[in-house]
Amino acid sequence: MTNTQPNVAGAIERVESHLHPIPSWDLADHPQPTGREEIWRFTPKRKFKALFDETVTPGSLEWEGTFPDGVTVTEITAEQARGLSSEAPVDRVAALAADLAPNRTLIEIAPEAELAEPVTLVARGQGGEARDQYIVKVGAFAKATIIIRFEGVASYAEKAEFIVGDGANVNIVTLQDWDAGAVHGGQRSVLVGRDAHVKSVTASLGGDVVRIQENMRYAAPGGELESYGLYFVESGQHVQHRLFVDHNQPKTKSNVDYRGALQGKGAHSVWIGDVLIRKNAEGIDTYESNKNLLLTEGCQADSVPNLEIETGEIEGAGHSSTTGRFDDLQLFYLMSRGVPEREARRLIVQGFFVEIIRRFGVAEIEEQMTARVEREIEAIEGRA
Amino acid sequence: MSTLVISDLHADVLTEEGPKPILKGVNLTVNPGEIHAIMGPNGSGKSTLAYAIAGHPKYEITSGSVTLDGTELTELSVDERAKAGLYLAMQYPVEVPGVSVANFLRSAKTALDGEAPKIRTWVKDVEEALGRLSLDKSFSGRSVNEGFSGGEKKRHEIAQLELLNPKAAILDETDSGLDIDALKVVSEGVNRYASAGDKAVILITHYTRILRYIDPTFVHVFVDGHVVESGGRELADKLEAEGYEAYVKAAK
Repeated sequence: MTNTQPNVAGAIERVESHLHPIPSWDLADHPQPTGREEIWRFTPKRKFKALFDETVTPGSLEWEGTFPDGVTVTEITAEQARGLSSEAPVDRVAALAADLAPNRTLIEIAPEAELAEPVTLVARGQGGEARDQYIVKVGAFAKATIIIRFEGVASYAEKAEFIVGDGANVNIVTLQDWDAGAVHGGQRSVLVGRDAHVKSVTASLGGDVVRIQENMRYAAPGGELESYGLYFVESGQHVQHRLFVDHNQPKTKSNVDYRGALQGKGAHSVWIGDVLIRKNAEGIDTYESNKNLLLTEGCQADSVPNLEIETGEIEGAGHSSTTGRFDDLQLFYLMSRGVPEREARRLIVQGFFVEIIRRFGVAEIEEQMTARVEREIEAIEGRA
Repeated sequence: MSTLVISDLHADVLTEEGPKPILKGVNLTVNPGEIHAIMGPNGSGKSTLAYAIAGHPKYEITSGSVTLDGTELTELSVDERAKAGLYLAMQYPVEVPGVSVANFLRSAKTALDGEAPKIRTWVKDVEEALGRLSLDKSFSGRSVNEGFSGGEKKRHEIAQLELLNPKAAILDETDSGLDIDALKVVSEGVNRYASAGDKAVILITHYTRILRYIDPTFVHVFVDGHVVESGGRELADKLEAEGYEAYVKAAK
């Protein structure tokens, strides 16, 4: 089969920045890491070993989907997948996911379709190695919500693409809701079309190690991106979100807000927030924020915002990162009105997450996440 | 019956350089139905008195006692002090993002009463309490103190005072930063609360202005961590005319 899709990746200029690896489909460009590289220095290498290994023969996760009218699902070839992708793999894990995935899936939402129900996908791990490559292509002016839930156990890597057409309005929700023992790596690339609005929600709730590279860029001016993240990290877990927002087009907007709560010995979260404002990206507006709440002793949150600005002709650019223990003054204020300490802590943790949950814009996910926060808080209480 | 008795109270502020003594033997008895104005210059320890009694984590009581209706407060946790009937209207109310006023106050009311207030009447009660302090009912859905103006924060403190209706209240510079209209609204709220006749009220202030609207039973001059002079209203008038200078000099 001939590939008639335009090669979007080729049209994107090379990133001059030292912060971002050069994308490539060629595995030779992504040698076995030593662990000292900037992009791997935080990652627990031993648990990621299989994801670096080109000799494994992985399966796929078990995918189950609900597809409303206006959505088509097609199996595609590796070549087609490359042609459709906006970005080549930026690291070895993503490159291997693309190479080794037994299946490649294209999910298309028709132009101007306004989906009555969300596209819901459940991807279940049955233990063992799994790799997937999938592409979600949203047609111009479509309105859609896509929910992907990862569960079960697997040693898993993905190479995912979300290509959002002009004027489309899309919510992308991914829930890393793994059971203990799961390892999840890979790369997700989002391409925002002209005047399109993309809201992404990334919630990492379970698994041993989750390390996801999330790259976002714009196909044309006027695109708007909201990216929200939420994570709970417990004893022995590692959750790493690496974001790269590439303001490669003028008049584009991005707002990133990731929040996590950590508890228990060895709980480790990493958040990397890179924003690049290119020379041509005049009139853009960006803000990124990461907040971490350390609920017990012995946990670690690394938070690294980076802002590279190649033009000053912008509306705004800012970032903030806070990592802290419980705010004693908030606790004092609530308790001074009679609220018992446990209840006060519960209200504060809930409030910390509710602030972003209520911006998700997908009612069922807001409800699920609120309930989930409740459960996590109960778990803390059980521990305290 | 609500009697607040402060006896020989000593307290330190906990700083990075170590504890620093601020309160140096405070004695004060507030009987039911009385309003005691505590006036003093900046840095005299007025706010420390308020925070230490309420159990603020930055202050430590080193000796002395505070009882409310015979219950020793200094041994209680912060929430237990509130359950014993104490309320502190704070000079700098704390912002609690993501926690709505209605939700917070329902938790408070539930803890104080030992049972949850009825949902339907509760929302109305909260909105009415806010309304009496000229706060729009939309404030009940907003995060506690977040994005409130200085005046709105102070009015919110007094709205809570009326709603929770404690036995004893300490108002820590509730008047500071208020314009004259807000000052009247806040004063009316305090007067409504006190009009029950059995409340013990301590009104901490730097200025005499609020005493035009709230009539104090006693006025105390507070300098260098303790009460140096007590009297009636006329003492406030004297302070208005002469300031704190003579007291500060005498303390040195």
